[in-house]
Amino acid sequence: MRIPFSALLGLAVMGLMLLSSVLAQWVAPYGLNETVGKVWENPSATFWLGTDQIGRDILSRLLYGGQVTIFVAAASSALAFSMGAFFGFLAAVRGGWVDTTLSRIVDVMMAVPSLIVALVVLSVLPLTLPTLILVMGVLDSTRVFRLSRAVAADIAVMDYVEAAKLRGEGQSWIIFREILPNAMSPLVAEFGMRFIFAVLFISTLSFLGLGIQPPDTDWGGMVRENKEGLIYGKSAAMVPAAAIAVLAIAVNTVADWILSRTSSLKGGRNG
Amino acid sequence: MHPLITLVVQRIALGLILLLAVSVLIFLGVEALPGDTAQAILGQGATPETLANMRESLGLNEPAISRYFTWLGHALTGDFGVALTNKIDIAQAIGQRLGNTLFLAACAGVIAVPFAIGLGLLAARHNGRWPDKLISGVTLAAISLPEFVAAYFVIYLLTQVFPVLQPVSMVFPGMGFLERLHAVALPVIVLVMVVLAHMMRMTRAAILNVMQSPYIETAELKGLSPMQVIWRHALPNAVAPIVSVVVINLAYLVVGVVVVEVVFSYNALGQYLVDHVTKRDLPVVQAVGLIFAAVYIGLNIFADVVGIVANPRLRHPK
Repeated sequence: MRIPFSALLGLAVMGLMLLSSVLAQWVAPYGLNETVGKVWENPSATFWLGTDQIGRDILSRLLYGGQVTIFVAAASSALAFSMGAFFGFLAAVRGGWVDTTLSRIVDVMMAVPSLIVALVVLSVLPLTLPTLILVMGVLDSTRVFRLSRAVAADIAVMDYVEAAKLRGEGQSWIIFREILPNAMSPLVAEFGMRFIFAVLFISTLSFLGLGIQPPDTDWGGMVRENKEGLIYGKSAAMVPAAAIAVLAIAVNTVADWILSRTSSLKGGRNG
Repeated sequence: MHPLITLVVQRIALGLILLLAVSVLIFLGVEALPGDTAQAILGQGATPETLANMRESLGLNEPAISRYFTWLGHALTGDFGVALTNKIDIAQAIGQRLGNTLFLAACAGVIAVPFAIGLGLLAARHNGRWPDKLISGVTLAAISLPEFVAAYFVIYLLTQVFPVLQPVSMVFPGMGFLERLHAVALPVIVLVMVVLAHMMRMTRAAILNVMQSPYIETAELKGLSPMQVIWRHALPNAVAPIVSVVVINLAYLVVGVVVVEVVFSYNALGQYLVDHVTKRDLPVVQAVGLIFAAVYIGLNIFADVVGIVANPRLRHPK
């Protein structure tokens, strides 16, 4: 198996970001909310990426912030994934009114951009980590639902599923033991896309001031904190913005590669 | 009745039902969540008695269904009530800001559409060679970024590296048209970038899709130049998908304006929405949310209708 260079680079960047964020407590030179320098200092040997609007080390905050961004994105895409795949499979297996009801609910949720729905819902809910994960996960599960419903509908008519039904296996057996293993490869590529979407989503919410609340921070929140600096010619906001961009592009290259690999697998089987 | 009209009417009816369902989601869905308006107004220090009084005076003791129909009825006649935080009439506040948002979106649309179609044609013409790869690569990168990150890259580039513009966009009533254009230059550039990438990629895909038809091969075999093939044979047949793509992406501006307006502190509808989400001013959020949803769904219906009308197979049924 040959991994293309772009995907390899993407994997390396992703791994590095993941590792340094997980190890933030140990590798960060300063504390998260420790004021250690002057306002908006330029990058130097002491502060590798400079300091922010109240003199905190940007590199340290980037590492701690990455922890929050990656954790929230992973948790909400995991939620979106398990919810979407479960209901999608259920809709495909049960058909009838279960399918119709679930599909219509998803149609309504997808009729409006997720950001607008999220803004409406977040005007009532408390802005805490669990609610953010829940809101993002539920909104995002609609896309997973459509994909897994389509995939499962193809699998549900296979002979081995028919055989399982005839042997008298229950619905959960059919969903978890027959359909899930065979639907795995398109779903894995989708997971990459969901993850990156969640990173963009939480960053955007935090940037709007409706995501992670101080004293905690994430990359979107850091852009928000430092945005005034651009008026005075201080580019501190560009550092977290660049971090989001790099992570987004890295995950995209890897997801692209997985997608092309799974589709070539399918082609190989047919031809 | 002509089957075309039936199709169009069906599509519009379906869209209206969808919009109604979304309005239920925006109103009842939010009501079902913990915490209510009375709590939001009084805050943490509310005693049970003041809460009960406030609920009574806001009519919150009515069943949710009847409150929904009252709200919907008022919204349809353009009455959204008053904001909780400052008691200003919501419809009036929206009216003042709607113009600014439409100005921004219109400028972005006018620039993005011809550019997207032109670049899409160019990429399709050189399918698989370097112009295509360059355009596709750049647009892929633009799509992978969230709007506000793209915005800050543009700001950084045009205010720090090449200082030609200001990073804040203020428009005042009474500003001249050219002054206004200059003030919104940066946000428009960002919005164009965001929409252009999607629009261009879908245009390219639509043309390449048509290019696989047998009549294109015939045109090539009779010796037409590639540009003539695209111009005379591919483009007329790709008009329907391209128009749909353009309108769908214009609907995408709804999300774009919300973020971009906040980035540039541009006083318009998106900024108004975000401000009042922060203040937990539910009536304002529901009103603006409903307007954005209506615009988004409306443009999507429009895209479908154009697709139906522009499709010769549906226009002349056998």
